[in-house]
Amino acid sequence: MTTKRRPHILVTGAAGALAQQVINRLKKTCDLVAVDFREQVYLGDDIPSYCIDFNKRVFEDLFRRYQFDGVIHLGRILSSQLTRMRRYNANVLGTQKLLDLSEKYGIRRIIVLSTYHVYGAVAYNPALIDESAPLKSAGLSADLVDSVELENLANIYLWRYPELNITILRPCNIVGPGVRNSMSSLLGSERAPVLAGFSPMMQFIHIDDMADAIVLAWQKPVKGVFNVAPQDWVAYQQALKLCGCKKMPLPSVPPVIPKAISKILNLRSFPPYLLSFFKYPVVIDGRAFSREFGFTPKRPLKDIFRYYQNNKNPV
Amino acid sequence: MGLASFLKSRLVPADLEAQIDRIRKPIGSLGYDPWGYNNEAIKYGFSVTRQIYEKYFRVQADGVENIPAEGPVLIIANHSGQLPLDGLLIGYALASRAENPRIPRAMIERFFPTVPWLGNLLNEMGAVLGDPVNCAKMLENNEAIIVFPEGVRGSGKLYRDRYQLKRFGNGFMHLAMKYNATVVPVGVVGCEETIPAIANIKPLANALNVPYVPVALPVIFPAKVHLNFGPPMHFDNAEIPEESVTERVEAVKAEISRLIDKGLSERKRLF
Repeated sequence: MTTKRRPHILVTGAAGALAQQVINRLKKTCDLVAVDFREQVYLGDDIPSYCIDFNKRVFEDLFRRYQFDGVIHLGRILSSQLTRMRRYNANVLGTQKLLDLSEKYGIRRIIVLSTYHVYGAVAYNPALIDESAPLKSAGLSADLVDSVELENLANIYLWRYPELNITILRPCNIVGPGVRNSMSSLLGSERAPVLAGFSPMMQFIHIDDMADAIVLAWQKPVKGVFNVAPQDWVAYQQALKLCGCKKMPLPSVPPVIPKAISKILNLRSFPPYLLSFFKYPVVIDGRAFSREFGFTPKRPLKDIFRYYQNNKNPV
Repeated sequence: MGLASFLKSRLVPADLEAQIDRIRKPIGSLGYDPWGYNNEAIKYGFSVTRQIYEKYFRVQADGVENIPAEGPVLIIANHSGQLPLDGLLIGYALASRAENPRIPRAMIERFFPTVPWLGNLLNEMGAVLGDPVNCAKMLENNEAIIVFPEGVRGSGKLYRDRYQLKRFGNGFMHLAMKYNATVVPVGVVGCEETIPAIANIKPLANALNVPYVPVALPVIFPAKVHLNFGPPMHFDNAEIPEESVTERVEAVKAEISRLIDKGLSERKRLF
């Protein structure tokens, strides 16, 4: 008697809340292995968890040992973490290593988590940017180069090795319980900086919805690049108000002033290179993903903001 | 919140609020659309514009019923008067019409989003960065969009050039053809006299990175404004060379020119 082999999946970025949500959703039907280059996390007795630098040779041993069918690559160091050089090594070179190994060991499905930051925030952005829009971010800030490079790499592998079935997801701001990115810490704080006179439109996706989106993408091997965002929008300052944050306006013109303030005060959640995202809107069109994968976000903006209102400084 | 609701009760009468709420817009759960239009902010804007429209410029609008009740529409008008007052008045004329009111969107100069407060305020009132992608996506959403194909060439012109149409861009015609949008031409008369400029200080404009710096008195004159909406025009989506597209644009321009002449002949005095 033969039983059907459960799919083996490597999930990177295991220390993050999103990876843990994805693991919870997939562990019933798949055999998972979790890795993270920051720390080792305990995810239960049945899920092996490792702390490994992708650029080290031992990483390949995991591929030999577990014979993965798919990779869900969520382990991206955020632009607010580590130095530019270390981020480049981990995000770009580390991802290249991961994709090379995937090709070598015959992986048949890869999901790469990117970010809407790759589009770059400029005054001339149209709203509802779709996936074919140019990635302006690399020309705007050296601190976002690694995000764009990571995408370029994934795109090259997408076309060079179609059998890898790579899907790149570009989500809007992921927020909600456990999320440690800069937007989540802003919404969760008592006081949040704003650029005086600027309140760009923003999009937020609840971490549970994002985990659902990744699981849907795993279940349907359609390769390509997709924005992931709900069909709902809110101005930044209104979002802060609904989260119960007091606004701390910084002078906005000329642009060097807020940049200097952010640098001098070392505002971690409001770093100089992300300031333009608090000035100009980057509204993405998530309809292609919703259509292709049958995705409908279930948590409305009001619920997200109520969570932050009730849980100041959540992490 | 107390002050906000007090101001709202004074500024936004219940009937106006009901009228705005009746106009269905594709907005999200918090009253915003992707371009920053806000259902609450527009009520204040509408209320303030009513005073400007009725009391200050005493606008006379003819043929506003020519704008279809639904479906994608491009409202094409001549641009004048340094500030985008003409867009505001055309927008109000359509939003306040008794039957089938619509809140149109206006395509604005690329310079506005960089101006603190003003950029956001214009977005909340429905104005949108003048980008072809924006226009296309809004036509898909069945919006009515005000476009000034002259752009800054029109709004920045001097008083001595008043009522002379500048070159029209062809972009709006391509969009109208692709999205099967109805084109409604509008002739605006009166806005030329609101801020008469005698010169444009180009070096200063370049230094400030703004489209123009007019030499004008720092007042907006209460000129009487006439808006003449022409009959709707339809253009098929045939594969035609750019030359023929320009001919279609010229047809719209000629119609606007006719509507301006009509407004000028109707006008009895400047103020």
